[in-house]
Amino acid sequence: MIQTPESEKTMSSTTPSSLASVAQAKPERNGTNSAQGTGLETRGIHAWFGKNHVLSDINLDFTAGSVTALIGPSGCGKSTFIRTINRMHEFIPGAAMAGEVLLDGKDVYAPGVDVTKIRLQIGMVFQKPNPFPSMTIGENVLSGLKLAQLKVDNKDDLLEECLVRAGLWTEVKDRLNTHGGSLSGGQQQRLCIARALAVRPQVLLMDEPCSALDPGSTLRIEDTIRELSDTMTIVIVTHNMQQAARVSDYTAFFLSDGGPGEMIEVARTSEIFSQPKDQRTENYVTGRFG
Amino acid sequence: MTTSAVQIPEPREITTEPRLSDKVFRGVVTTGGLSSLVVLGLIALFLAYRGFEVIKQEGLGFITHAEWSITLDESANVVDSKFGLSAMLVGTILCSIVAVIIAVPISVFSALFLNFYAPAWMKRILVAIVDMMAAFPSILFGIWGFLVLMPSVEYWAKLINKYLGWIPLFEVKPYFFTRSPFVAGVVLAIMIIPIITSVSREVFAQAPLDRIQAAFALGATRWAMIKAVVIPYGRSGVVGGAMLGLGRAMGETVAVYTVLNIVFQVNWHVLLGAGGNVASLIILKFGEASAYEIKALMAAGLVLFFLTLSVNAIANFIVKRTGKSGR
Repeated sequence: MIQTPESEKTMSSTTPSSLASVAQAKPERNGTNSAQGTGLETRGIHAWFGKNHVLSDINLDFTAGSVTALIGPSGCGKSTFIRTINRMHEFIPGAAMAGEVLLDGKDVYAPGVDVTKIRLQIGMVFQKPNPFPSMTIGENVLSGLKLAQLKVDNKDDLLEECLVRAGLWTEVKDRLNTHGGSLSGGQQQRLCIARALAVRPQVLLMDEPCSALDPGSTLRIEDTIRELSDTMTIVIVTHNMQQAARVSDYTAFFLSDGGPGEMIEVARTSEIFSQPKDQRTENYVTGRFG
Repeated sequence: MTTSAVQIPEPREITTEPRLSDKVFRGVVTTGGLSSLVVLGLIALFLAYRGFEVIKQEGLGFITHAEWSITLDESANVVDSKFGLSAMLVGTILCSIVAVIIAVPISVFSALFLNFYAPAWMKRILVAIVDMMAAFPSILFGIWGFLVLMPSVEYWAKLINKYLGWIPLFEVKPYFFTRSPFVAGVVLAIMIIPIITSVSREVFAQAPLDRIQAAFALGATRWAMIKAVVIPYGRSGVVGGAMLGLGRAMGETVAVYTVLNIVFQVNWHVLLGAGGNVASLIILKFGEASAYEIKALMAAGLVLFFLTLSVNAIANFIVKRTGKSGR
């Protein structure tokens, strides 16, 4: 197998060596903060929908300043897992969970915790772009402040900063007062990222943020993710292993063999794609199933 | 092969030959759709035909004068007649507006409560009760309004008059509060709450889940989410529901007839115990009307018909103008 790290980036081949080379092509990062009791940790997460046990015993530490990708076949509980992190899971009727999600050492499910504050600290970007159509582009970016009744001194600066960080500023700076419906799907998704950034979250959860987008927009958003990860913890669910290899520092592989989804292994992304410890991970990343 | 100038053809005519089953179904649906239009048209024609003579006689005065009198001689010939609807039209509008102003906020809050706050078991029960209210006979609303509601509504009316009496609309001279348009409006409000609640509940329930989740994920409280997502989305539907309610309020007959003190005098003072309502006028006069007066009542029906129609048209226009942004 000939390895050509740069050209592999755009090809859809999923051989392990090529993905590994993609994963190795980017600078190694360990994250900035690995001290115990800071950042985001999950302890023994289980989840149910009614009587259906969908997720079993997930223990993961997310390092601040890094990107963690969650990969695995459909129905393995990846999305359910990240929705337990910012307490969106509980909106589904009949949903239940067990375990602890620790943000800076504090359990987000502890009694008396203000769930709206948790969601300000742990932002989320969804699979389908969902800007508010009744608001202009500018209002959309700042909508989180209004929704959570936060005050900022200089809204214009914040607006520009968030749009710049989301990689959308140059495209929309002349039409901030028009409605977001005129944007393309990729632009709408970056608008949603800017909106999530405006409340200054510590963690950003992304649930297949590019699955509805074309390759150009996808690469654009991946660049954005790499830039953002310098200052925040990012957890991204993706079906696209190329994407996991391109953007993430760590990768966790989830799998359900009929029962509840489990985490098979987590490691540096380059290791997952070059020398996975578990045979099932290897089968998945080499495209033998899933 | 030579690629010389390409001949640009005329666009082809594209036709489809529907299957028999499709043709049959189209026929059934078209018949159903048109029959309601035909019935509506026939009613309007009937009213116009029967009322034409009176409208011709009275001219524009039929809607600007406030008089309703007819004199017959012994052999039942019309000696003199004077028909004018203005008091009834003003009363109709006044009662309906009071009803809508009271009913819309109550209905919207009920709908929001049912959709976003009530536990599932309570929601089931309340929805059943609200729907049952819509099917409740209006005469019972009327009697209940007259016997039970009137005393307390009068009390509120006196309060409003005491503090807001300086506004001409709330002036009461002479000091008489019983059977006012305000009382009738409150009874009508209770009657139209079910329909507005029901329509609002349906549109609120369709508010897109992804936007609701987006708002929650940004740290919104439930109320902040409702303000940012649900209300902008449902606004046009609520206006539509309010217009349905307004239509029902304007056409309501028996309940208003039971409660309202019908007086042939234009009265804009909503708290004063004198008012009118076109539909109630018809039921008031219909029983002992002579042939010519019946024609006048038909003409009154025609006016009510067009009033309702134009209110609906205006409502549609408003919905189209304001409805877009939240969708």
